[in-house]
Amino acid sequence: MAFDVNKIREDFPILKRKVNGYPLVYFDNAATSQKPSKVIDSIVDYYSNYNSNIHRGVHSISQEATDAYEDARKKIQEHFNVKDSNEIILTSGTTHSINLVANGFTNLLSKDDEILISELEHHSNIVPWQMMCEKNGAKIKVIPLTSKGELNYDSFLNLLSKKTKLVFVNHVSNALGTINPIKSIISKAHEFGAAVLIDGAQASSHIKADLQELNVDFYTTSAHKLCGPTGIGMLFGKKEWLNKMPPYQGGGEMISEVTFEKTTYAGLPHKFEAGTPNIVGAIGFGMALDYLNNLGFDSIEFYETELLNYATNKLKEIPGFKMYGEAKHKTSVISFNIGELHSYDIGTILDKFGIAVRTGQHCAQPVMDYFGISGTVRASFSFYNTKEEIDYFCKSLERAVAMLS
Amino acid sequence: MNIIEVQNEIVEEFSLFEDWMQRYEYMIELGKSIELIDPSNKVDSNLIKGCQSKLWLHAELNDDKLIFKADSEAIITKGIAAVLLRVFSNQTPKNIIEANLEFIDKIGLKEHLSPTRANGLLSMIKQIKYYALAFNKN
Ligand SMILES: Cc1ncc(COP(=O)(O)O)c(C=O)c1O
Repeated sequence: MAFDVNKIREDFPILKRKVNGYPLVYFDNAATSQKPSKVIDSIVDYYSNYNSNIHRGVHSISQEATDAYEDARKKIQEHFNVKDSNEIILTSGTTHSINLVANGFTNLLSKDDEILISELEHHSNIVPWQMMCEKNGAKIKVIPLTSKGELNYDSFLNLLSKKTKLVFVNHVSNALGTINPIKSIISKAHEFGAAVLIDGAQASSHIKADLQELNVDFYTTSAHKLCGPTGIGMLFGKKEWLNKMPPYQGGGEMISEVTFEKTTYAGLPHKFEAGTPNIVGAIGFGMALDYLNNLGFDSIEFYETELLNYATNKLKEIPGFKMYGEAKHKTSVISFNIGELHSYDIGTILDKFGIAVRTGQHCAQPVMDYFGISGTVRASFSFYNTKEEIDYFCKSLERAVAMLS
Repeated sequence: MNIIEVQNEIVEEFSLFEDWMQRYEYMIELGKSIELIDPSNKVDSNLIKGCQSKLWLHAELNDDKLIFKADSEAIITKGIAAVLLRVFSNQTPKNIIEANLEFIDKIGLKEHLSPTRANGLLSMIKQIKYYALAFNKN
């Protein structure tokens, strides 16, 4: 099936808008993706037709809402090939998911234990562990980068030991687009008895991860990165682990019996879903997965790789262009600087041309420190972007450089 | 020139421009010609927060007038700083405190005033006014 990008663009209402008098060129997809009408409509439909609280009403629309919410969980289960839908916790997103695991491990680790975190991590993947280590005394060890922006695999092997209890790596780096070799990281870590958490936030819009095949212990994602709504995401956790971890928040939905003397907790997944959840978010999340699966991840990957190569080759012709992150396997992200120009200046002028890119540190200060830079311009492409947009982007970039030099 | 006169002069200069590109080109020029802060004053305590690029602002009293100097890693931020320094540097603290800021709107920089914009224009103005308040007491 041919990939008809112009037809696909029709699905995204926002792509019709203008910014500063120019048609919007949205190249900030790594920060968040745009939403197709199908997802937007599912949100409107929920609030217009069956808005109701779930798991607690005997009335019809509560049942409809409960079914839709649990349907979404099943879609997520199928998409990520998870064995048991109880292993899918609906959270507010990756940050929430990681904090939930960090909290769960607080009492499982002690001062002789070590956790390995890659230097490529997003701040949301670093800070919760630092907070946990302050409580239980466990030590953080950092898996370093190579100059290509890949993880130094040999160092990873050297750092692994019997003391290693947890390994945290993102599937794809948000700052550089590097796709990490998570399959071998997981199996190596398992040889030492360590659990592995993979942050899939940046991967999920490009790669369909098969969690049983990966044999990963925890995997997280945020729906907003994959054409779904904000404020919803998931934590996959193997049942053995989730059962060992205490609840993260107390409240309604997560209990089975409450007296003032003692409360017994509900089973999975409800133990970790306290309070009224983001019902409409879950529905939108499910719809977004339907939308992407309907396009097909193979087609998406093929087309995005084409965009990446096209843009990389064009950008390399601009004098002073320097790209950060040249991993052999990467998603459609280009992090770069031009000469001595500051990323903020370039981003400001591009915005004036209607082009949205990210500038600065991308919540990954350690990566910037590694390269000794204060930030980069990051252009990240999605399957609804076009080569014409890349042409316009390169032309505008050259004008920005001329203005700023 | 007093603050109002400088502001009027800047508004007039900017009124000659037909589009954003000319406005920005001019600001970039101003940024390049800004009187730079002494390197010894480029210290963390002179950093302005809320800015994606580093931005330093230094103030000292010369007779009864406040002299501001600034620098930034980003040229557009430097240009914005240059415009502000032209208005506020070499004025008395009292006049700085009393100055209104309508000219920013008139020269098309209002979009930069939003507190969610990461360019520090708003923080820079706040800091300038703080300095004026502090030196006014002495
Ligand atoms: C790799 C990575 N991890 C974690 C996050 C945080 O995701 P969220 O803000 O949706 O919780 C992001 C999003 O920027 C990311 O790119």
